[in-house]
Amino acid sequence: MYGKQRDLFEKYNNQGKKNHKKRCFLLEKKAREIKIDVIKMCYEVGPKRKAHPGGALSAADIVVALYFDIMRIDPSNPDWKERDRFILSKGHACPVLYAALANLGYFDKKQYKSLRRVGGMLQGHPDMRKIPGVDMTTGSLGNGLSAGIGMALSARVDKKNYRVFVLLGDGECDEGIVWEGVMTASKYKLDNLIAIVDMNGLQSCGTVKSIMPTDSLIDKWRSFGWNTIEINGHNMSEIIFGLELASSYTSKPSVIIAHTVKGKGVSFMENDNAWHQKALSKEQYEQAIKEIKGAKQNV
Amino acid sequence: MNKPLRKLKGQSRMFETMYSTRKAAGETILELAREGVDVAAVAADTSKSMFTHLLKEDFSERFIEVGIAEQNMMMVAAGLAATGKIAFVADYSIFTSMRCLEQLRTFAAYPNLNVKVIAGLGGLSAGIEGATHLATEDLGIVRCIANMVILAPSDAVTTKKAIRASVKHQGPVYIRVGRDPSPLMFDKSYKFEIGVPVIHREGKDVTLIATGIVLSEVLRAAEKLKREGIDAGVIEVHTLKPMLKPELIEKAAEKTGNIVTVEEHNIIGGLGTVISEILAGKGKFNIKKLGLQDTFAESGTPEELLIKYGLKDYCIVKVVEEMIIKK
Repeated sequence: MYGKQRDLFEKYNNQGKKNHKKRCFLLEKKAREIKIDVIKMCYEVGPKRKAHPGGALSAADIVVALYFDIMRIDPSNPDWKERDRFILSKGHACPVLYAALANLGYFDKKQYKSLRRVGGMLQGHPDMRKIPGVDMTTGSLGNGLSAGIGMALSARVDKKNYRVFVLLGDGECDEGIVWEGVMTASKYKLDNLIAIVDMNGLQSCGTVKSIMPTDSLIDKWRSFGWNTIEINGHNMSEIIFGLELASSYTSKPSVIIAHTVKGKGVSFMENDNAWHQKALSKEQYEQAIKEIKGAKQNV
Repeated sequence: MNKPLRKLKGQSRMFETMYSTRKAAGETILELAREGVDVAAVAADTSKSMFTHLLKEDFSERFIEVGIAEQNMMMVAAGLAATGKIAFVADYSIFTSMRCLEQLRTFAAYPNLNVKVIAGLGGLSAGIEGATHLATEDLGIVRCIANMVILAPSDAVTTKKAIRASVKHQGPVYIRVGRDPSPLMFDKSYKFEIGVPVIHREGKDVTLIATGIVLSEVLRAAEKLKREGIDAGVIEVHTLKPMLKPELIEKAAEKTGNIVTVEEHNIIGGLGTVISEILAGKGKFNIKKLGLQDTFAESGTPEELLIKYGLKDYCIVKVVEEMIIKK
């Protein structure tokens, strides 16, 4: 965050209100629980059907802020028509979505064991028909933003106030359809659509820089007519601030470019792309849980 | 039995009234909106050609133009459908079946969303544009996607009925329509039921089976054959999937033993394949598949191409004659 946005944030962060500190404190606590569940799922799934822990952890703080604070949802009524929608366009990060949904009570945590198993509820990538609380089937990269546009346009036709949040990866921005969607959202001035780019700088086969550089991603989105906000995607106060600021903007869609670390919170996973898709050994599992539990509070 | 409007008398042509099925499709979407059905239409810069621009005037919020971006178009439709809309996607069949195939498969068909695809310029109807714009594989491509319903209505009346039936169906539907005005064959009494083939004529010598607007050629062929003393039955298979009454095909096949399938499509994957699948293991039949014999098409008027690929009425007559003589 720079300039005016930074000033706004400083003011926001230092409003001295205990409530804000408490809010962030509780969310950070919740984020640790969610990350532990992610690790659990990625461990229990086993090496035969390995899940994607790296990308799930880089998105975890953002997903927690959305599901446990920002979004208007009703876990007892997953099909509530007025609810805010969330689309995990980088669908492979789904363990974090599953953990958030289970912790909110959309389904029982027992389902963690069904991940990637025949007859199980938790599919390898999010499935809106099988998993309560999943608003859109995703997994094939690049497609979530345009689905979000359809939802945001639908809200407009129905005169409903719900917002649509779409979480993308920075590697995912290689996909041409992302930019088709970026143009369309801008054309229709979808201020009820908020995109978040989980910019961890890594994609499946290497760094984003080496595979397909998406330099100055924020400038690209801005030049397509979006409000842009840049945050540290692991600082709860900045995440909350960014999401609230984005929600307050009118007549334009907003994107939050979140600087993140792939594998965040587990030292041996951080920035190591081997953890893009890999199961944990027992020792690694124990070590990871220990590290997440012992993580220092930011606030 | 659905009876065609006019039969051939003497040498005069059958079905002189012409009406474009893509136009009928666009008009139906507008009618539905006026009736209060919760529809929306997404376009990729072909709205004037696909007549979805009709919706724009009175229902501007329900008409969405995403530019020349078909994948985006399909995804926006999926998002609209995921929030309760009957989302129409209207574009050329070459694009709806290929350019955004994965979006159709993974985000409309897999979650069984109410995305209704109006696939224009189907078959040889876009002939003049050449092979780049001629989808002669679309039915086969889309047919192997689970949850998909595939319709190929034969004229403007049946197109309207097919679209209305698609709206009542929960899930994705692919509706192939043509380009230029094509013969108007039926009136309001035509009964359209998804999955149920229509028997237009009973016959004892040969069974002609057609899908889409080429049905007019087949009905003309049957009349010509009659004058030669050959009794040809005609069955219209407007639903490539699902097939709810295979017994209608089986019975006709048993009766005549001779089957000719006629389609503006590669004979691989389309109607010929559907009929072969139904009849496999059911007996000994003489089956001839008319369509593109595993080739690409080329530029030409639809009429010229129908002749080139042997789908004109007299081409069908010739095939039947040979079939019956051989027998």
